[in-house]
Amino acid sequence: MNKEAEEPIEDADVKPLPPVDTKREYDPVLPGAKDWPVVRMSRHRKEFIEKVIDYTFDRVKELVGKSAESMVEELETTLHREMLRIKQNPWKVDPEDDYDFWKRVRNELTTMRYAPNMREQADRMMREIISRYVNEIAGNFNPSSYRVARKVVTFGLTRLLNAARLPGYTSIFKSEFSLQDKVNIVGEVDQLRSLAKKGTIVMVPTHFSNLDSVLVGWVMNVLGLPPFIYGAGLNLFNINIFAYFMNSLGAYKVDRRKKNTPYLEALKAYSSIALEYGCHSLFFPGGTRSRSGKIEKRLKMGLLGTAMEAQRMIYEKDESDQAKKIFIVPVVLNYHFVLEAPSLINEYLKMKGQERYYVENDEFSNSYKITTFLLKFFTKGSDISVSIGEAMDLFGNKIDQEGNSIDAHGRKINTREYFMKDGEIKTDKQRDMEYTRMLSEVIVREYHKHNRVFSSHLVAFTAFQMIKKRHRKLDLYNLLRLPEEDLVIDYQEFKTTFKGLRKVLYQLYQDGKVKLAPHMSWKSEEVIAHGLENVGMYHALRPLVRNEAGDIVIQDMNKLYYYHNRMLGYELERYL
Amino acid sequence: MSSKGTFKKAYGVVGAGSFGTAVANIIAQRHPVIMYARKPEVVESIQRERLSYGNRVHENVEPTGDLAYLIERCDVIFPVIPSANFRDLMRKMAPHLHPYHTLIHGTKGLDIRLPEGMQEADYTELDRAHVRTMSEVIREETVVVRVGCMAGPNLAKEILDQQPAATVLASHFDEVIDEGKKALRSDRFQVFGSQDLIGIELCGVLKNIIAIASGGLSGMNLGDNARSLLISRGMMEMIRLGTALGGNTQAFIGLAGVGDLVATASSKYSRNFTVGYRLAKGETLDQIIESMEEVAEGVNTVRIAVKLAKRYRVRIPITEAIYQVLYGGLSVEEALSYLMRYPMTPDVDVL
Repeated sequence: MNKEAEEPIEDADVKPLPPVDTKREYDPVLPGAKDWPVVRMSRHRKEFIEKVIDYTFDRVKELVGKSAESMVEELETTLHREMLRIKQNPWKVDPEDDYDFWKRVRNELTTMRYAPNMREQADRMMREIISRYVNEIAGNFNPSSYRVARKVVTFGLTRLLNAARLPGYTSIFKSEFSLQDKVNIVGEVDQLRSLAKKGTIVMVPTHFSNLDSVLVGWVMNVLGLPPFIYGAGLNLFNINIFAYFMNSLGAYKVDRRKKNTPYLEALKAYSSIALEYGCHSLFFPGGTRSRSGKIEKRLKMGLLGTAMEAQRMIYEKDESDQAKKIFIVPVVLNYHFVLEAPSLINEYLKMKGQERYYVENDEFSNSYKITTFLLKFFTKGSDISVSIGEAMDLFGNKIDQEGNSIDAHGRKINTREYFMKDGEIKTDKQRDMEYTRMLSEVIVREYHKHNRVFSSHLVAFTAFQMIKKRHRKLDLYNLLRLPEEDLVIDYQEFKTTFKGLRKVLYQLYQDGKVKLAPHMSWKSEEVIAHGLENVGMYHALRPLVRNEAGDIVIQDMNKLYYYHNRMLGYELERYL
Repeated sequence: MSSKGTFKKAYGVVGAGSFGTAVANIIAQRHPVIMYARKPEVVESIQRERLSYGNRVHENVEPTGDLAYLIERCDVIFPVIPSANFRDLMRKMAPHLHPYHTLIHGTKGLDIRLPEGMQEADYTELDRAHVRTMSEVIREETVVVRVGCMAGPNLAKEILDQQPAATVLASHFDEVIDEGKKALRSDRFQVFGSQDLIGIELCGVLKNIIAIASGGLSGMNLGDNARSLLISRGMMEMIRLGTALGGNTQAFIGLAGVGDLVATASSKYSRNFTVGYRLAKGETLDQIIESMEEVAEGVNTVRIAVKLAKRYRVRIPITEAIYQVLYGGLSVEEALSYLMRYPMTPDVDVL
């Protein structure tokens, strides 16, 4: 078929998009490991841990209230929850003395209420529990194993990639392709590198897959950045090989089953004090992977709040202009394919129905699953992009080259003043919380701006919305249960809609509201073909295919819904 | 940067119109106040005779024509000026403001923000993204984050006469509410707090529309049955549009919503009421605006509200009828008979 003749002015308003530089190499930002704050922190590990324990203890006391009674009550609540956890949801990584420890807590608690020195006993026990938590959370960073782990990861992945892309067995030893060909790093790389020297970076990526932390870790290494510390789900430490890497990459452990006050406060204290030390940190502010496939809309306040707290503490301790600033850098990860999509979307649909019965599981815990995932991931042609967003301060202000905060009119802002009242720094938790909420709104906005649309996202969106429009009266659950014969879309009709939506996207792109992958500027036939080829490509049942007649067939509505969700938040559905 | 302890901080009031003066006088009962007036002759008249546009100004109020001076001396500032000048004022204040400043405004209008080269008349529908409340203008134009607004049945004339009244002070920040209370509370003035900043702002904005309608009823010499009908139906419209724009229903059933609505819709001191009244008496909108000393915000709000309602498919028949009276050549009588024939739905459908 002659496409040119058929549509002489096809997509006249679709301009080519800038290509991605995949060959650039970056020097390390800080040459010597001894300068890394995370190294300094681990050299004084004991002191650091003591500090976190003290800090947590003070916070818990503040939250619980002054009376000895209320401290005992808090201990009882914690004990109760821990006993439930041990009984109902034990994991392999749990320490062997878990049960014995909490049994002892129970025994001591029974007599505590009648003891003459109840206050001291309760405080001592709370400290002991907190100390146990903090030691469990704390990572053990080791610069030499960090370097080894980095090399292994990069070497291993590059080999795999080349083996997959070039023919012949020997290709495993060739280096035609670097990882950067597969993982496109775009956005404000230079700013990030320069700010990493000037202040403390908190990187806040979107979270879709368990691969994200490995991916981001690798990206930071490519960019020559010093290591970032981050909280990794305890279930990931179930697997020895992962545990080795995590430990050496500055990870600390987060146990999502523990939702009691002392534990949560210990986690926050760990993050706050590490930031105060100047450790670059990585937060997944959505908390967990996006179950629905939507870009995070509501962020968890707890972890983000630790950055606010750290910044205030830094300003309190250092009254000079040299006080270190914390910078927030949003990062958006884009995939054509998310391995966990089927289970994530099923969980999401179940959760929406019956949120209360949802239990944290460790579904990613088996080595075989991970290995097959990584193999698939790095050996097949599914591309990934990592967009580094513009840095901002904790109040959403832009940052200039020197690291100054800048207002909408280009004037410098002294961020210390956000914490001030009547001429001095004043602690106001409610104010900090509100600042954190405001920050999270800006981050969400930036996510949408730096989201890099792939062909696969738009084909999924188009197909799902067309079906939805056809069945306007159905709710989501009935829509997902439509019979096979309703899941076919005429190709020409699909193409027209697709083109219309791409036009709207281009307008958004020109207004700086979204990013587009270079392939989005191809002829619409080609973009659609590329999208169909890639959307959820390694699922046993691909969500979208073309049948013999050339029409679009939806094979799996749940997964289609998942990939479609990625494009929500731009009000594109209005243009259908 | 503000230096501590050098002198007692004053409260700032920006705008010396009747409501600005009322706010300044309330605060001045217990604190020093610095009040900004744009016109030098007003500053002078306050200095010489303690009069601003004929209103008495408390002796604790220091008038000034220097914004930078006021901002330097005051950490808590109340901008009380018409919405049409609000953005300009913020741009003027911006270079002097710091993140530690608190701004609590008392302006009951909306600001329109359109793409370069576009005008309101070009749009038949307006999106929420085109419209800003005053707190949003402050956030957009300045570094100030501690933003609040005051809204409630606060007819300037009654406050200037020292009659008892109350207001709602809304902010996301507890410290702003506390600051506002500290400044405003007195034996004659009560302050309630709210976290729903946008909701409370919209209360003040949207009630002006119903006030115009109420003036129309009075102009036609109609009675209290008709007014109650208007107030309760008008309330539903405020809630429907207000929630579509991001407020919560609770705000509208409180002092700033129904409270302010009752006051504005039954008082001849309200400017918006006066517009409706004079329309019913046969004057044209242009004649009325021409002869009014201060701005009736409702006149612009009606236009914006109708366009927003179209976009969000909100049913607001009273507002639309007033729009037709103001801009479509409909007479007040025709509007009334249209409304009386309008197919009404359930009594309450917003809770």
